[in-house]
Amino acid sequence: MNQSYSETIIEPANRLSFNFKELWKYRELLYFFTWRDIKIKYKQTVLGFLWAILQPLLMMGIFTFFFGRALNIPSQNLPYPIYVFSGLLIWNLFSTGLTNASNSMVNNANIIKKIYFPRLVIPISSVAVAVFDFLMAFVLFTVLLVIYHQPIAWFAIVIWPIALGWAVIATLGLGAWLAALNVKYRDFRYVIPFLVQVLFFLTPVIYPVSLLQYPVLQYLLAASPMYAAIELFRYPLTNQITSLPFFYVSLACGMLLLLVGLFYFKKTEDFFADFA
Amino acid sequence: MQILLEFMKPILEIQNISKKYRIHHLAGGYLSLRERMMNALKLERSEVEDFWALKDISFTVQPGESIGIIGRNGAGKSTLLKILSRITPPTTGAIISRGRIASLLEVGTGFHPELTGRENIFFNGSLLGMKRREIQSKFDEIVDFSGVEKFLDTPLKHFSSGMQLRLAFSVAAFLEPEILIIDEVLAVGDADFQRKCLGKMEDVNKQGRTILFVSHNIPYVKNLCRQGVLLRDGKILTIGNIEDVADQYLTLNVPAKEGKLVNHVVYSCDFFEIKEITLNQQESTSIHIEDNSISVDVTFLLKLESVVELELHIKKDEEYVASFGNFLREDFVKLSPGLHHLSYRLTLPDLLSGKYSIDLFFTHPKKMGLASIENIGLPELVNNNLKPVLENSSKNWSKVILNGKLIRN
Repeated sequence: MNQSYSETIIEPANRLSFNFKELWKYRELLYFFTWRDIKIKYKQTVLGFLWAILQPLLMMGIFTFFFGRALNIPSQNLPYPIYVFSGLLIWNLFSTGLTNASNSMVNNANIIKKIYFPRLVIPISSVAVAVFDFLMAFVLFTVLLVIYHQPIAWFAIVIWPIALGWAVIATLGLGAWLAALNVKYRDFRYVIPFLVQVLFFLTPVIYPVSLLQYPVLQYLLAASPMYAAIELFRYPLTNQITSLPFFYVSLACGMLLLLVGLFYFKKTEDFFADFA
Repeated sequence: MQILLEFMKPILEIQNISKKYRIHHLAGGYLSLRERMMNALKLERSEVEDFWALKDISFTVQPGESIGIIGRNGAGKSTLLKILSRITPPTTGAIISRGRIASLLEVGTGFHPELTGRENIFFNGSLLGMKRREIQSKFDEIVDFSGVEKFLDTPLKHFSSGMQLRLAFSVAAFLEPEILIIDEVLAVGDADFQRKCLGKMEDVNKQGRTILFVSHNIPYVKNLCRQGVLLRDGKILTIGNIEDVADQYLTLNVPAKEGKLVNHVVYSCDFFEIKEITLNQQESTSIHIEDNSISVDVTFLLKLESVVELELHIKKDEEYVASFGNFLREDFVKLSPGLHHLSYRLTLPDLLSGKYSIDLFFTHPKKMGLASIENIGLPELVNNNLKPVLENSSKNWSKVILNGKLIRN
């Protein structure tokens, strides 16, 4: 028998240490969780992968009809469908990622109670499933860009991945937080759909922030963590960031959410098996 | 080999492990934000009771040893396993392990009905800590051992429960950890497959791996383990040679002499007190059965709000043959403090001829025992019906009546 094994020490919970090295060691499990969830999700729908594309397309149609045509909402000089679709891309990533992540711990309670692994694997994989949907819809987005002859700045290649990365980080922060709360308080899940709904209208997905007249209100909207991601994602199309201060406010809020979310998750992580 | 072992460091050092559970007045139920807010508004603290599931457990395990952990329900076996598997942290103490631990608290964890057999092997294997390449290289062996190769690409939902179990155990059987922790996973499946599993575990042990095995099933434990740890009320009662430890466990379980059942409560927690209990309207410790049916009537005093469930196990030679309880996990019976009356009805399955006894466990879903009465004698059973008998079957109660009201049928 080899003597090279390392010592593992099991101790009372230490709430403030993150073991990212361990998380990295479990990256294969992360892959398998994501793979499983994608498989299950698309095995259960008749339309399969098509659903990931169809849903934002239908939403775009509806919003274009009501807000673009009927209400004539300005869209930063972009064709309104492009404006809405670019917002919805990021927004859907956030809302599905957040909803998946917040239910993920409860849904996987039977696994949590029987097997040890870094628990953060579960919310991360939920968000990864949403990224998969994003990529499917993104393909459609590029088709739309061609149809509308929309010019794109060259730096899109750099900016889009950054916007995606930022959206993932902010989603994960809030998602991990809600996931932990959901395990602890079982009635919390009723709050989540409502929260997502409210945030949708507070985020400039279907209208630009400039539409609002009170600066205070504008700052408040910028606090939505998706504000920065959506602004950034549209930047190669509009060539302008509406307001740099708002952008920073949003970044700071997202960062704060990530920290709070991860710490709260960490704090309750060790006791998930007892709660679940 | 023996001399070599002397110089080796223990592979597992368990040092003064204790585990405390907080039983809220909403024990067993789930915490809700609404209740938390209400409590904050009322500025009153909910009643909380500390419960030590484990107290000061220390022992060491040498590489290659096989240790059986035995004890009654509520003795702390499952809690110890959970701590060793890192599913829940200890409240105090530490464990040093010098090898990869894999724990099988359940076979088939994470199995999903929509995924195919093949897909489930990969996901389950990964959960158990195998690398993808490892699973790929052992894939054929796993499939061979399970004997379900024909159904590999069929969704699991079309598998029989026996096939699911075979597949599940087969994945687990090919784990190669230094330390293998096994809960009573063998208490399922047909006798043939059980033997196969047991054989496989012996092989694992012979390869020099360390095994910790928890079971009620003394013959199995004796078969597989050389050392034993006997737990009682969260403490170690005896530790040593498995034969001695098992003997002591059995003497703890000597059938109760004649007398009232209520005087034979072996274990009872602080907030649960049995006032009166009868089986088939009989108060004594050995009962008669008519029409293959058993009824349990119990009156008890509850001092805290809690979930109360009853499990009834029928055993023969220290092996469970049938169990009754709320295994479908219907709504749990959550009761307010006070005096309550519960009555349960069940119909016995066809049992082989022989001598049987009954264990009663009052539990709540956190698997902590509230109270237990064990070894209630049944009359010698003669069964001329040679129809095969369900072994290790788990069934739900056929009828449950709470304070005069039918709550489950």
